[in-house]
Order: sequence, then structure tokens, then C-alpha cells
Amino acid sequence: MSEATSQAPADSARESTLGPFARFLKATELDTRMLGMIGALIIIWIGFDILSGGLFLTPRNLWNLSVQSASVAIMSTGMVLVIVTRNIDLSVGSILGFVGMVMGVTQTAFLPGILGFGHPATWILALGVGLLTGLLIGGLHGYIIAYLKVPAFIVTLGGLLVWRGAAWWVTSGRTVAPMDQTFRLMGGGPQGAIGSTWSWIVGILACAALVLLLVAGRNQRRRFKFPLRPIWAEAFLASVGCAIILAAVAVANSYPWPSGIVRRYAQENNITLPEGGLFIAHGIAIPVLIAVGVGVVMTFIATRTRFGRYVFAIGGNPEAAELAGINTRWVLMKIFMLMGVLAAIGAAISTARLNAATNAQGTLDELLVIAAAVIGGTSLSGGVGTIAGAMIGAILMQSLASGMILLGVDTPLQNIVVGVVLVIAVWLDTVYRSRLQ
Amino acid sequence: MASSTPLVEMKNISIAFGGIHAVDNASVHLHAGEVVALLGHNGAGKSTLIKILSGAYKRDAGTIFVNGEEAQISNPRDAKKYGIETIYQTLALADNVDAAANVFLGRELRTRWGTLDDVAMESETRKVMGRLNPRFQRFKEPVMRLSGGQRQSVAIARAIYFDARILIMDEPTAALGPQETQQVSELVRQLKSEGIGIFLISHDIHDVFGLADRVVVMKNGQVVGTARTEDVTEDEVLGMIILGKCPAGAIPGPGALSSTPAAA
Repeated sequence: MSEATSQAPADSARESTLGPFARFLKATELDTRMLGMIGALIIIWIGFDILSGGLFLTPRNLWNLSVQSASVAIMSTGMVLVIVTRNIDLSVGSILGFVGMVMGVTQTAFLPGILGFGHPATWILALGVGLLTGLLIGGLHGYIIAYLKVPAFIVTLGGLLVWRGAAWWVTSGRTVAPMDQTFRLMGGGPQGAIGSTWSWIVGILACAALVLLLVAGRNQRRRFKFPLRPIWAEAFLASVGCAIILAAVAVANSYPWPSGIVRRYAQENNITLPEGGLFIAHGIAIPVLIAVGVGVVMTFIATRTRFGRYVFAIGGNPEAAELAGINTRWVLMKIFMLMGVLAAIGAAISTARLNAATNAQGTLDELLVIAAAVIGGTSLSGGVGTIAGAMIGAILMQSLASGMILLGVDTPLQNIVVGVVLVIAVWLDTVYRSRLQ
Repeated sequence: MASSTPLVEMKNISIAFGGIHAVDNASVHLHAGEVVALLGHNGAGKSTLIKILSGAYKRDAGTIFVNGEEAQISNPRDAKKYGIETIYQTLALADNVDAAANVFLGRELRTRWGTLDDVAMESETRKVMGRLNPRFQRFKEPVMRLSGGQRQSVAIARAIYFDARILIMDEPTAALGPQETQQVSELVRQLKSEGIGIFLISHDIHDVFGLADRVVVMKNGQVVGTARTEDVTEDEVLGMIILGKCPAGAIPGPGALSSTPAAA
């Protein structure tokens, strides 16, 4: 207990010897690891842009990148919680495939028979059936893992085979298409984006929310007389955050609809095309909005709720969590239920994007999702991980993939690069963590 | 004290793990404001017996009374409802979260929207830690970065914050230096004067002999005997621990050497 004797003076002594950058980090309370990841992402982006002769950092490529990352990013948020509790889920790709088939059949075969073709409620019912299916599958996995005590690796390895097979059984391997018109909006594309006006509104609302969060946090700390961040640090965080949000909106708003779609749109709405064509911006894609929403909700769950606190406590010391009176098994089962629901959301986005459900959909997605979570700083030994990190990890993986496609790299070589990057990223993280100790 | 109803009474407790009788027909009791030391070798069954009281293990047989009424304790949550708090030998801390999260683990303070009230929890933790370890300042760090003594004080803070009536301390000084051990002793005296009943578990009698009102010695899962510390010497207690021999000043239990004639 006397170890702390010299703690307070030692801390202040250290502060005076800090360099300007370290002082800046201390004042803003930014996570250096997260900064490192964002730095890596920027290097990858600029590198691909130079190598591809300016093709990578275009609104079009970035917009597509955001849409392509959405499904894996959404699932990786759940994988963080799974891995934090020292478990693994190998079945998410197969759950995605099976749930996609279920949603496809629901909206093309069952609902038209009951509601009539093109009924406005079709998409929401199909989505609801999909989410419920995902919840039940996740619940089943969670029950076997938590209450029957079969290791998660085995249960979800079984699930990987079972649900992939089940996806085939739904239609005996036949591809289901096309999807409901409204359902398709979840996949992005010119129709599945919210347009420039709404994008600006969303961006401004997000900025307002960020500022409110900072102010509320500051007031809360003042209420208990805790040390506050310097005002300049708060202002810096607010302005950088808002700048990033608005820059993202600006990029989404500078990617115009393809001319063919603009022409058809003009004909349908009796607009005469001006000379040189009409500029209609995509705006933020709906799947990206869903992913951001999922990210916000999952961050809230992980950091602001008891459930989230218990997830991390179980990951840090399962025995301690049990002795503290936490119903660890029920928490574990809920994590897998959540993972099932997120896989179902991923399934909705990818079937909507493809405008079809196939039994091969999501094959190998489990590995991308796990890689995204791990690159994003989730420790396989449990207890450590962030939602935002995993989502950035997903974007990083997708950036590598689409950058290499732009450069015309062969598929086998792409896999080699992704594999090597995964291992190097985790190695760097290990070095970083051991330095920190 | 002896005449009043005991705060806790564990009667004829047994538990077996795969045929090994870890605790066999053991009975102990504890009064308010009393310190009872549970002594014995490693593997004598002390920790197991006490983990039954804290709800970590489910007993196979026996009854637990709290304030004379039969208590239903089948998990740690039940035990906490009866005001039974435990400081485990392993400390049972979630190493990856900070001190406040550990103190309130399983009993988090929440805002009126049902979200975690981290600021309030940190504030309360600062108060209770201020009492135990006034120089402690590292509230933002995961407890894995704290020293052994600091971790110990987090575990103690968790036990005393929630108005414990019965405190179980399993080898509380095993990881501590002499000065910290002294601090724990002072804390035990202070809590005792507040009327809290304390079970002290140790394999080292020198640690606890001066603190305890009574000693209960266990060997091979059975109670060798119980004695008031003023009625026996340290050497006699050592004889109970090593040989299972019950001296004249002690009340023999089921585990006492059968060759020793019943003293009482």
C-alpha cells in the first residue's frame, strides 16, 4: 500500500519533462494506438494513390470503398465483444449466407404470396425475419458455448459447416433474385444513397452531437471536480472531429450519378438535360449510414452499459467476474445473440447490394471479420479491444483489397499480401503493447 | 459475546470434488465484532470452506445461518445480499479495467438513463481509496499496471465499500511487505471496532495470532479444534495445525486426533 508513496510527485515531475507531442497527447487524451492505425491507413491510401496514378483517392473509389467495407465493419463490431471474452466466432460468414437466403426467399417466395407483389411492407418483414433468424442462430451457438460448455471454436466451426449447408438447402442451391425494390436500398448504389442535402444535414447533426458529447463530458467532470482537459485541447478535438465528418460528407457529395442513370432520371421527372450533363451527387450511401449507426450503438453498448462492462471484465478475468456476482454465462450467450443479429444486418446489406441471395455469399467473411477486429487492436488473449478500432481495421483490409484490384494485382498475390499484412500488424501491436507495460 | 446469536454459523458443511472430501462435516461460527482466524496447511480446506460462505462453491451438505436464520447462499450474489464480502487470495480483480470498475463490478452505479455513471463511481472510489491508501492516484489505469499493494487495496476497497457485515479475508497479507501488512492489521482492528465480523484465513499463525479473538484449525478437510487465543499458546496451535493434536484449552472438533481424550 505504501507503493503509491511517491506517486503524485513522480507524476508531476514527469509532466515537466514531456516533449510537446507527448504533452499534446496527454492533454487531448487521444489513444496513440488508434492514431497509429489512422496513420497506417493514410499511408496505404496515399501509397495506392501514387501507384495507381491518382485513381485511389477519388470520390468514386472512396465512396465504393465505404460501401464495400460496410458489411465486414458491422460484423467486426460484434467480433470485438466475442474475442474480448476470449472466444471466437468462425460461423459469421455462413450465418450471413444462410440468413441472406432466408431473407431472399421470404421476400421473393413467401411474402408476395401473402401480401401481393411489391407490397411496401415486404422489405421490413423480410429484414425482421432475417434479424430474428440471426438472433436465434446466435442464441443457439451462445447456449451451447455458455451453458453446455463446448468451446466456441468447435461450436462455431460446426456452425460454419452447418449454416453453409443450410444455405444450400433453402433453395437446393438456386440463386434467389431479384430483391424487393425498397430492400435493395440497403445495398447502396445511386438509389441507395441519401443525396447531397440529407448528407449535409446528417453531417451537421453529427458535428452537433460531437460537440454536445464533449460539453456534457466536461460538465460531468466539473460536477465531481475532476481534472479537466485544457480548453484548447477540447476545441482541437471538436474542430478536427467536425472537419473529418464534413470532409467525408463532401467526398460523398462529389461523386455524381453515372450519366446513364441521370438521363433516365431526367426523363422520368421531365427535366431537360443541360449542356454537359447534370450533376447529381450520391451523398452518403445507406449501408454506410447503417454501419456508422451500428458503430455508434455498439460503442455505446461496449462502454456505457453494464453489459459492456461485464464483457470486458469477463475478458480480463473470468473467475473474478463470476465471483463479483456477474451471470457470466448469460452475458456470453447475449454476446453470441448480438453477433448473430449483426451477421444478419451484414447479410441484408450484401444481398441488397448484389440484388440476389446465393448460397456462397459471405464465404470466408469470418476470416475478414476476425482479421479486421484483430488489426483493430482486439487482443486474442482477451480483455482488450475497441469497436472503432475494428471498424477502421475493416476499412484497412478493404483498402488493401480494392487498392490491389485497382493496380491489377493477381488474386493469389492479393491473398499473400493481406495475409502478410495481418501478421505484421499483430506483431507491431505486440511490440507496442510490450513497450507500454 | 458468546451468549448472543452468532452473526454467521456454518453447520456440518461438507463438499467433495471427485471423491476427495475437501471439507468434511465442518462447523464454524462468527460473532459481530469478532475476528476468527481459520488456520491450517495448504489444502486443509480453509479456502474451500470459506468459498462456500462467499457463494463461490455450492456445498453438498450442511446449513448456513445468518443472524440465526437459515440463509440460502448458492452464488456470490446471494452472499453479498447477506452482507458477506470476500477478499480473495487471488484478489479476483479484472486486470484490464480501472480501480473504480473493479470496486463496483457487478454493482455498478447508473445514471437515470440506465447507463454506467463512471464519474460517480470514480468519485466514490476516490473517497474509499482515500481512507485506505491516501496516496493512491492512478484511477485511470487498468489495475494490471498497479503494484501488489495497490491492487490489494482495490480489492479491500471493494469489500468494505458496500457496508459489509461479514468480511472474509483469504491470505490478505500473502503478497505484502511488512509495512503494508501492518496497515492491513490496523484496518482489521478498525473494522472489528465497527462491529464487523471477520474471518481471517492464513497458513501462517504469526500473522494472525495477535489479531484474532479465536482460532479454528483445519486439517484434511476437518476441524481439528477451536480455541480462544488467550487460552492457548502459539506452539499449541502449531501442534493442532501440524499433528491435529488438540490442547487442553481448545474445544476439539471432528478432526482432532482420536488418541487425544476429549478435553471438554
